[in-house]
Amino acid sequence: MLKGMLEGRGRIWWAAAIILMFLLPFILPRFYLYLLSIILLTGLLATSLNLVLGYGGIFQFHHAVFYGAGAYGTALILTRTGLSPWISFIVGPLVSAALGLIIGWVCIRLSKLYFAMLQISLGSLVWIIVYRWYSFTGGDDGIHGIPLPDILSSSNNAYYFTLAVTLICLFAMHKIVRSPFGSALQGIRDNPVRCEMIGINVKRHQLLALMIAGFFAGVAGSLFVVVDNTVFPDMLFWTLSLEICIMCLLGGWFTFLGPMLGAAIIIALRTFVSTYTTYWALVLGILMALVIFFLPNGVLGYVEEKIKKGFIEPVIKE
Amino acid sequence: MLEVKSLSKSFDGFKAVNNANLDVQKGEIVAVIGPNGAGKTTLFNLITGILRPDSGTVHFKGENITGLPPYKVCRKRISRSFQVVNIFPRLTVFENVQVSILSREKKTWNLFTPSSKLVTDETSQILENVGLVEKRDRTTALLSHGDRKVLEIAMALGGDPEFLILDEPTAGMAPEETARCIELVKSLSGKLGLTILFCEHDMEIVFGIADRIMVMVRGATIVQGSCDEVRCNEAVQDAYLGGSDVCLM
Repeated sequence: MLKGMLEGRGRIWWAAAIILMFLLPFILPRFYLYLLSIILLTGLLATSLNLVLGYGGIFQFHHAVFYGAGAYGTALILTRTGLSPWISFIVGPLVSAALGLIIGWVCIRLSKLYFAMLQISLGSLVWIIVYRWYSFTGGDDGIHGIPLPDILSSSNNAYYFTLAVTLICLFAMHKIVRSPFGSALQGIRDNPVRCEMIGINVKRHQLLALMIAGFFAGVAGSLFVVVDNTVFPDMLFWTLSLEICIMCLLGGWFTFLGPMLGAAIIIALRTFVSTYTTYWALVLGILMALVIFFLPNGVLGYVEEKIKKGFIEPVIKE
Repeated sequence: MLEVKSLSKSFDGFKAVNNANLDVQKGEIVAVIGPNGAGKTTLFNLITGILRPDSGTVHFKGENITGLPPYKVCRKRISRSFQVVNIFPRLTVFENVQVSILSREKKTWNLFTPSSKLVTDETSQILENVGLVEKRDRTTALLSHGDRKVLEIAMALGGDPEFLILDEPTAGMAPEETARCIELVKSLSGKLGLTILFCEHDMEIVFGIADRIMVMVRGATIVQGSCDEVRCNEAVQDAYLGGSDVCLM
């Protein structure tokens, strides 16, 4: 299934890693399994952001909105309607994709930082609606104890579900990155003017990219509902958006798996550091400064550079 | 084939292009010359839709294409290369040309077929024609300036154009690169039968390959004609040589 992601000898390692991931519930305590699930779905969220940030060059600085929208979409259907729970897992991401289309459609007429500013504003608007609309979204309490289908109620099964869905989504996104659409998107990132001149409708491609990214962020949101049984307005707050941006930068925003690695590092570190100090944000800030100075292409970008150095020199930064 | 009539464009009151006229017949090589700042690049930007003209019209094969966005102009099979290198620096040489072909074939909405399996033969063919085939897997940020300018042309060719606009194709090239580039332009006109519109500062190149020449000064067309007509035209001598009687070249 994952053929596209695997190249040469790496294939065996990937297969081994995935099998190991499926065996982990037998050896890991419940807390670590929960942590791993969160890493996977946050990694998926960061990867979806990177689709537009690293591959599309679009400064989507408030990506968490789509994560929250997906989570709320799923949670509201599960708690307020009698529809099959499985429908809710589809509807959540679709809500996010639709929101991605709407916000994208408004913002796309601006570029770079102006896009980012407008996108943060509109995203915050969605956040405040969710935060204040007590009768519908539960306001700042969020929604707790969301009923899940029996099969997903055990933490093992929630982990398996998260793992499987994350792998499928990563596979799909990897396909998209390698597709002609992905090539066009990277062309747009590098040089939008030239793209227009070779016949690409830049805005429409960017809009589709924003919808796709929104969709996968929505999937991550739905997975959070499965893993945590709750939703709360902080999922749409812009600090989370900042954190996933940092994950992309830390892991390497010009690599496909960088954001996943970044998510793993940051979440593991946060869990570990928080047991010693309450100044997690300080640690994160210092970490970020170090990354920008010493690893401008991120951790995975640095590793790839080292691997390639034998025959191709590293890409020159613009 | 291409007909530009009294085209004008100003920026904050400065008339960059002011009443430019140009006609290009099928199969011709036409050069646009003029001193720096005469509005040559702006004229190309107006034709290709990067800028919208304030007044005047552009007709291509009888069809009015004035003010169409660049991607639509491109679909009329007009391609261009840029004066300042304008490529995709993070992609490889091969991918740069491939994207251009994928775009022409309207395949860029395809989400699930790997790019690596599409239009590879055609891409290789173009790279072979322009002589970049050995460097196909290099990231373009690592190419020499001359190779990047050639890649510019290769990307323009990816659109399978009938009409090719080259904005100073040899600017900044070493002498041997310049010679190679000129051979390339000649072969595009000869072998592929492309109609070519270019601008260039090197008069030797201009008079060497152009069938006809259009001269721009301060945004306006002062003359368009054959090499000989332009060479001894008084207005041109005024602009270039400050009114001496010596013919250009």
